[in-house]
Amino acid sequence: MNDLAARSALTPPRRRHGLGWWLAIAAVAVALVLLPFLVKNYRVFQFNLVLVYAIAVLGLNMLTGYNGQISLGHGAFYAIGGYAAAVLMERAGLPYGATLPVAALLCFVLGFLMGFPALRLGGHYLALATLALALAVPQLLKHKAIEGWTGGVQGIVLTKPEPPFTLRLFGQSLNADRWLYFVTLAVGALMFLLAWNLLRGRVGRALIAIRDHPIAAAAMGINLPLYKSLTFGVSAAFTGVAGALGAVVVAFVSPDSYGSFLSITILVGVVIGGLASIPGAIFGAIFIQYVPNLADEISKSAPWAIYGIFLIVFMYLMPGGVMGILRKAWARWRVGAAAAPPSPAAPQGEHRP
Amino acid sequence: MEAFLHQVFSGLANGCIYGSVALALVMIYQATHHLNFAQGEMATFSTFIAWALIQRGWPYWAAFALTVGLSFAAGLLIQRIILRPIERAPVLTNVIVFIGLLVIFNSLAGWLFDHTVKAFPSPFPQNSILATRWFSAHEMGSFLVMMAVLALLYAFFRFTPVGLAMRAAALNPESARLVGIRVSWMLAMGWGLAAAIGAIAGMMVAPSVFLDPNMMAGILLYGFAAALLGGIDNPLAAVAGGLIVGVLENLLGAYVIGTELKLTVALVLIVGTLTLRPNGLFGKQVVTRV
Repeated sequence: MNDLAARSALTPPRRRHGLGWWLAIAAVAVALVLLPFLVKNYRVFQFNLVLVYAIAVLGLNMLTGYNGQISLGHGAFYAIGGYAAAVLMERAGLPYGATLPVAALLCFVLGFLMGFPALRLGGHYLALATLALALAVPQLLKHKAIEGWTGGVQGIVLTKPEPPFTLRLFGQSLNADRWLYFVTLAVGALMFLLAWNLLRGRVGRALIAIRDHPIAAAAMGINLPLYKSLTFGVSAAFTGVAGALGAVVVAFVSPDSYGSFLSITILVGVVIGGLASIPGAIFGAIFIQYVPNLADEISKSAPWAIYGIFLIVFMYLMPGGVMGILRKAWARWRVGAAAAPPSPAAPQGEHRP
Repeated sequence: MEAFLHQVFSGLANGCIYGSVALALVMIYQATHHLNFAQGEMATFSTFIAWALIQRGWPYWAAFALTVGLSFAAGLLIQRIILRPIERAPVLTNVIVFIGLLVIFNSLAGWLFDHTVKAFPSPFPQNSILATRWFSAHEMGSFLVMMAVLALLYAFFRFTPVGLAMRAAALNPESARLVGIRVSWMLAMGWGLAAAIGAIAGMMVAPSVFLDPNMMAGILLYGFAAALLGGIDNPLAAVAGGLIVGVLENLLGAYVIGTELKLTVALVLIVGTLTLRPNGLFGKQVVTRV
């Protein structure tokens, strides 16, 4: 198995990090904390969406990138997570933080159940089944029987949570959006850590083995049906958390904000970021948040044509996504570094998430 | 009974359209093993071209022929220019490029021909001999066009050297290349044929659903379902799948759940069927070798 993605998961995770590495981490952390106070409010709102999308893309990447199951229906889990948060906050009066575990659990169960038909359906058939899910959920949310909860076509308008304390930095106050930035950042960091812990070891290897050669994986003693449906469940749970956070950040849910294009967008994020890569999710999220805006600035009359051209050009230049390019550059640099006389500060091993 | 039969027949008429979209999907699938997500938008764009020609005073059938020809050439060129460089790339890379094509065609159609809903003429006058008790003239006409397309395709694949070469390229690219078939061009031919069939489907459906840039979005999904339900490796089965989906959709909408959840329930039934018969109703069982 000389697949780069597989190799990075197979390398031993324990490594000694130098002082420089820790300093870099600290600098990134400080920059992330200061960032929202340096920019205008609508930028903070966009950052929040990037973080939310990153969690959703990460969830789908577990399923598609690591386990090889295509889903065109993760917008459905995003919608269910969003509605779970909205209904619990508005109708049951739960605080926004408490809705996230509920959304995760709900989506886990639904995803796990969706995993069963997925066992029988491979490739394009699974794409159709999940696309059906993506189309069905907004229709069901509009249905009259549950209108009392979901608000029907109108949706539910939420109030953004107020920050628990006041703070001023660089002349900018800690308002609702900036507070939510820290909430999404914390939740995002937690989800990325969870994903990394899940995928770097035994479970991750099993998922990759199932993707690359199911029969061999089964022969090695991996319980295929269990692993595949659990992956579907966990992946849906991640996307559900993203949906719940997204509902809090946008402070509004409606069936039309979760159309089938959302599912496709999440898949675009996965492929652009790089399949089977955890940090790729961030690049994918940045792409799906900013490139449509950029396209709109280039051409007001046909922005989506520009977006489509961007997509195609991206796929030409980086068939392995952003992480594919970075890995290639990293591998080339390592070869160069190994050819040069070894220096003690030369970093070891593969890329780090 | 009268109303029931009426629902069945109008379902068959819709099914013809789904069947032709499914047929276009099968053309590309057989050649390249990809499902073209942009098929619907390409068909819509072709229909807009036909509309523009008719607006300029062209007679219907001349516009029809020119549109089919142009669509064939466009499909061929899209494969040559856009898809050839990624012929060997992973499936998902292709899927993203298809999504890119989808948004490009949708956006261009909206930009060039604007988003207003347009009426598209039907070539079959309402009180011609085609109109019967169960079918309107247009439904009957599009059924006949569809059957003609199917017959032509059958003849093309069965009796022409190019059709034979295309089948060979789809079945076994390596051996086909060894006997001198230009496999890559055969894939391009598949794309051209698919674009042409899509254009016909678009022009047949436009009179009943009216023309706007998102005309084919729902139809493509049914076409997709039809192709998979019938069996993606068989053109005839795809058309049969289209008819089944059309009738099923109409009957469910009329008698069981109403129009609101029609799409959902139809899809759930299709997916359920596929769970039981993963290769489609008429599909061949594929045995994987360890």
